[in-house]
Amino acid sequence: MSDDAVDTRRRRFLTGTTVVIGGIGAAFTAVPFVSSFQPSARAKAIGAPVEVDISKLESGQRLVQKWRGKPVWVVRRTPEMVETLKSFDPTTLRDANSDKSEQPEYAKNAWRSEKPEYLVLVGICTHLGCSPNYVPQVGAPEVGGTWKGGFFCPCHGSKFDLAGRVFDGVPAPLNMVVPPYRFLSDTKIMVGEDKGAAA
Amino acid sequence: MSLITNKLTELRDWVDDRFPLMSLWDDHLAKYYAPKNFNFWYYFGALSLVVFVIQVLTGIFLVMNYKPDATTAFGSVEYIMRDVDWGWLIRYLHSTGASAFFIVIYLHMMRALLYGSFKQPRELVWILGMCLYLALMAEAFMGYLLPWGQMSFWGAQVIISLFGAIPVIGGTLAEWIRGDYVVSDITLNRFFSLHVIALPFAIAGLVFLHIIALHEVGSNNPDGVEIKKKKDENGKPLDGIPFHPYYTVKDLVGLTVFLIIFSAVVFFGPEMGGYFLEANNFIPANPMSTPQHIAPVWYFTPYYSILRANTINFLWIDAKVWGVVFMGLGVLSFFFLPWLDRSPVKSIRYRGGLYKTALTIFILCFLILGYLGVQPPTAARTLVAQVCTVIYFLFFLLMPIYTKLDKTKPVPERVTM
Repeated sequence: MSDDAVDTRRRRFLTGTTVVIGGIGAAFTAVPFVSSFQPSARAKAIGAPVEVDISKLESGQRLVQKWRGKPVWVVRRTPEMVETLKSFDPTTLRDANSDKSEQPEYAKNAWRSEKPEYLVLVGICTHLGCSPNYVPQVGAPEVGGTWKGGFFCPCHGSKFDLAGRVFDGVPAPLNMVVPPYRFLSDTKIMVGEDKGAAA
Repeated sequence: MSLITNKLTELRDWVDDRFPLMSLWDDHLAKYYAPKNFNFWYYFGALSLVVFVIQVLTGIFLVMNYKPDATTAFGSVEYIMRDVDWGWLIRYLHSTGASAFFIVIYLHMMRALLYGSFKQPRELVWILGMCLYLALMAEAFMGYLLPWGQMSFWGAQVIISLFGAIPVIGGTLAEWIRGDYVVSDITLNRFFSLHVIALPFAIAGLVFLHIIALHEVGSNNPDGVEIKKKKDENGKPLDGIPFHPYYTVKDLVGLTVFLIIFSAVVFFGPEMGGYFLEANNFIPANPMSTPQHIAPVWYFTPYYSILRANTINFLWIDAKVWGVVFMGLGVLSFFFLPWLDRSPVKSIRYRGGLYKTALTIFILCFLILGYLGVQPPTAARTLVAQVCTVIYFLFFLLMPIYTKLDKTKPVPERVTM
């Protein structure tokens, strides 16, 4: 081979391998930067369970507690409210039996809680993360005439009954999430862990 | 006097020997030939550049007193407003600038729709412009979190949750964006970084590419005539005039009028009745309670309406996912305009009734969607939003058909004044 002849095959091979090796190197270098966006160790550690005192919660009232930065609600339902939950036509609810929704096994029932009287919910709409309003009044004008009491999301108009079950024809796809919890006594609830392991 | 001029000329030549000063000046200003028939609609490109400069300058000074920390952010904005000398002015210039940016950008895009500025050979100018629009949306969205008010917090919570709707990876992706399980101090801190460093750089770079691409193909004009086709013996377009001094002077007049209006808003109505600065954002962020009525700032409301209009599950896919898909498509549809439009003419002046009607209806729908986006959802409003959403997408989907069927008028050889 003479000195001035250019071996284009060799040149193309060298260019190709340089691009590939360089590309792999760049991809590996990107890993720490992309990973730094994930929840940090501190953000993960804040997820400890919280104790909720429900001794002062009156019948029909709602209590809001912070857990993992999110609002957790405890609603003390009146017997009428629990009765109302059974009166819904299941076809008007998206997931009447909570088959697709997220809840512990002991809350997979018509009232979605361990004890029918106390509802424990993560107060975040399953649509886009707003916190719905508690609208317990029957026939509340802001929601509509046939309202039997429940939760109404002001952001995009999703509606939930007093067990956090979502109605059909609203943007939210699933029932509201029930966190793991257990009763420490009649007046204390531990949110974030249940009889099994901590969630 | 002549001694000073001589010295300055010497200095210029000294620089020019080491840097392409005069050729850059000529290529982009003194010998960049723009069509001589620009009208009112051609102010908004230059104006958006000015607003960008206002945002960067005021932003630099805001960062000197702002604290990107969930416990102190809200207070530091109030501190800027009350205790920093002229802080209120700098802050109001920045917050009014955000809305002004979108006003001039929407008018700038409107100009492209009127005169077919996105059509061949300016496809790349249009695509780069749309990338700028996306970058601007991201910039505005992240900036809106920084005051850490109720609307900042819940607005960010909703928009980041949009990514959570993506099947399979959605949940992890939303967590990755937030860096936490909910919008928190971590989210605020990273949005601050992106808002003041990453996105301004991206926008500046895209502006550069947008202008370079434009100067390569040359500006369109209200007649949609290519001025490069008719040149004189020196190779100058017969219908072109040098950008400087003709359009620099014209733009200065437009800038003056713009600044009069802009200052009037800054000094007499910086909140603009709750549209530029929302009432709920004067309440510190509270992750435990969403305000009674939340709505994004006005410039996002058309897309927000499209999101909300999707309430029906179909094809085994949740309404939630469709909402996000259509919202995204609503923005992305604009990218395809150069290939959707099959009309042989560019300007609305020579198009037929079909395009004129379609464009009018589209703009009306866009405005109605924008209005509905700031209103609380009711059954009737949702229905109107659904109708407008369908029309919005039909404008794009049917464009290849109606632009082809449209009866166009003959386009003149030279521009008209």
